[in-house]
Amino acid sequence: MNIKISGGRVIDPANNVDQVCDLYVSGGKIAALGSAPEGFEAEQQIDASGQIVCPGFIDLCAHVREPGFTIKGSIATETQAAVAGGVTMLVTPPTTKPVVDTTAVAELIQERCEDLGKAKVLPMGALTKGLEGQMLAPMHALASSGCIAFTNAREPVANSLILMRCLEYAATHDLLVQFQPQDAALTAGGHMHEDTTSTRLGLNGIPEAAETIEVARCLTLVEQTGVRAHFGQLSCERSVRMVMEARERGLNVSADVAIHHLLLTDENVNGFNSAFHLIPPLRSQLDRAGLRQALIADGIQALCSDHQPHEAAAKDAPFAATEPGMIGLETLLPLSLMLVDQGLMEMPQLLEKLTSGPAQILGLDAGTLTEGSAADICIFDPEESWTLTEEDTHSKGKNTPFMGYELKGRVKHTLIDGQPVFSL
Amino acid sequence: MFEQTDPNQIQLNSEGQLKHYLTTEGLSREILTEILDTADSFVDMGEQQVKKVPLLRGKTVVNLFFESSTRTLSTFELAAKRLSADVLNLNISTSSTSKGETLKDTLMTLEAMHSDMFVVRHSDSGAAHFIAEHVTPKVAVINAGDGRHAHPTQAMLDMLTIRRHKGDFAPLTVAIVGDILHSRVARSQIHALRTLGAAEIRVIAPQTLLPRHIEALGVRVFTNMEQGLKDVDVVMMLRLQKERMNSALLPSESEFYKLYGLSPDKLALAKPDAVVMHPGPINRGVEIASSVADGPQSLILDQVTNGIAVRMAVMSMSMSGQATEKQKLAAANGE
Repeated sequence: MNIKISGGRVIDPANNVDQVCDLYVSGGKIAALGSAPEGFEAEQQIDASGQIVCPGFIDLCAHVREPGFTIKGSIATETQAAVAGGVTMLVTPPTTKPVVDTTAVAELIQERCEDLGKAKVLPMGALTKGLEGQMLAPMHALASSGCIAFTNAREPVANSLILMRCLEYAATHDLLVQFQPQDAALTAGGHMHEDTTSTRLGLNGIPEAAETIEVARCLTLVEQTGVRAHFGQLSCERSVRMVMEARERGLNVSADVAIHHLLLTDENVNGFNSAFHLIPPLRSQLDRAGLRQALIADGIQALCSDHQPHEAAAKDAPFAATEPGMIGLETLLPLSLMLVDQGLMEMPQLLEKLTSGPAQILGLDAGTLTEGSAADICIFDPEESWTLTEEDTHSKGKNTPFMGYELKGRVKHTLIDGQPVFSL
Repeated sequence: MFEQTDPNQIQLNSEGQLKHYLTTEGLSREILTEILDTADSFVDMGEQQVKKVPLLRGKTVVNLFFESSTRTLSTFELAAKRLSADVLNLNISTSSTSKGETLKDTLMTLEAMHSDMFVVRHSDSGAAHFIAEHVTPKVAVINAGDGRHAHPTQAMLDMLTIRRHKGDFAPLTVAIVGDILHSRVARSQIHALRTLGAAEIRVIAPQTLLPRHIEALGVRVFTNMEQGLKDVDVVMMLRLQKERMNSALLPSESEFYKLYGLSPDKLALAKPDAVVMHPGPINRGVEIASSVADGPQSLILDQVTNGIAVRMAVMSMSMSGQATEKQKLAAANGE
């Protein structure tokens, strides 16, 4: 199908494009920017005047909950939520049931996604069998079945020898390893950042060291094995700085943060609102400031949603008895735009963290509007204010502290491989 | 975008009166003083032949203990009975929750039985807030201890005991000694003492038993007990749970007693007229010497007596605050 997207402000960070012009899509690919290619006849026109046209967002961490936890979310509901949020590609952790440690599960997830034709889902494979931290998962086979990276998620690989073997094996096959660093003993029993607020509320704290110790251990082994590594959803300034220093030393490492860690702090937990119960926990104001600094200094290459849908009952209990996590696919854009509104960064710089930044981390030729590349496109109105409501939320989970709040910036159209999959 | 309102305001009705009693934090000096004044009048009543007043006649009070307790539960039961309420005691730690019923379902079931007041003890910090805010806002909720967060009736019975012996809070230096980390009592005492205007509040413990940045609550931190007890007016000991020895917090009971146990020698460093308190039950020879616990400076048994009076006070005040709220609501709906 030939589509002309006319009159929008086209921002393509990978190619340094930021101009008001038309964009032409043909055969599922980007056909041209500016003037129509020879003989192009539009079958569909999208008027994007006053709106921003950019590559679809790539989310480095979104739980779709299927298989195993369909009471919380399904591939159908969560990929619908993704495209409603302008996310055309998402990476999902292996913490399903069964976990992604066999090619069958990896293939099942991808087949279901292809049938639905919504967002592209790239599963991460387990680093160890059953995420148990004991035996290597069949990483090579999983990679051949489409696993984009390998992680033990937040399950510990307590034995450093086993972790080193995992990284050596991944390095052998040039596979990307992702860490969600947390020390099991220092995290156990904790429910929020350990600081003044946890002391006042009497909630068990998770100290900063729970993250930094594991970052240090992983970095040491990354340096020794030479594996490509990515640190996901960092929450502490100190851990981001450690990764930045390693990068400056020449290690092949990168980092992302979840957008809410740039906006909220542990003080939001005041009042025991379980919507703020997150892992990693919301950290101090100093951490938030440090993460924001690192983002503009390119110490953080991507923003993600860390989307974690839950059924209502999972959040309807005293704080410590609730499950951690919040949904984020449909709020990724408006929450990220707050950083532009607050003057932290310019629009193209922000969009880079949502498009070409994460694509580079994954080693994919994606997240751009280069001629000939897949026409995964997001068109949004940066000025439209709207109120987040449960009825309009596509995700099965409604668990976010932003529910009921007015947000600015709204996705109007999402295209995947040149097909409109969402329009408002 | 999330305006920081004081979450503890859910304790108050639109007239600023108590309608739940969840924490001492955020309550004004006027309300804390009203609790103490009301309790004072109940203390004297306990010594009379007829110990009952009809303030809660016809009301149903449910004591919901998700953590076992003998002392707190029995004083709450007595307090409710002396206010002429009908009382139901439920020890839930072993019944419905093990059958998979959620806290919310348990509470809603009891609300459907037309309960007027829930006295709740729960191992999760914030459980009482959760119930008052999200489950049964129209039933008066009294916090009988939630996790490490708050134990506001214990704190106010301690305040009553101090006031009855020392009069004014303004000149007092108070030391809280022992396992501050796990103590909901200490947190509630600190908030109450600050609001009532105590001159200085000290906490004394090894670092392993101090929560991070406790000084932010407005206390001076001492890890040396001899220094911490110097010239204090009130010594408030905390109970040390035996299982702390198994979690690498302390090497042994005997070492803890040597360093932080209240012995006659250490007590001698406090002011000569200093008083000693303990929320009970006491571990003799672990946190306090028997001769001190039973000695002339000890107010431990006074605390128990005052505990009933304070519980009567907050129960009657919260019930009245709920009634006022309901009348206002009914009047508003009638118009």
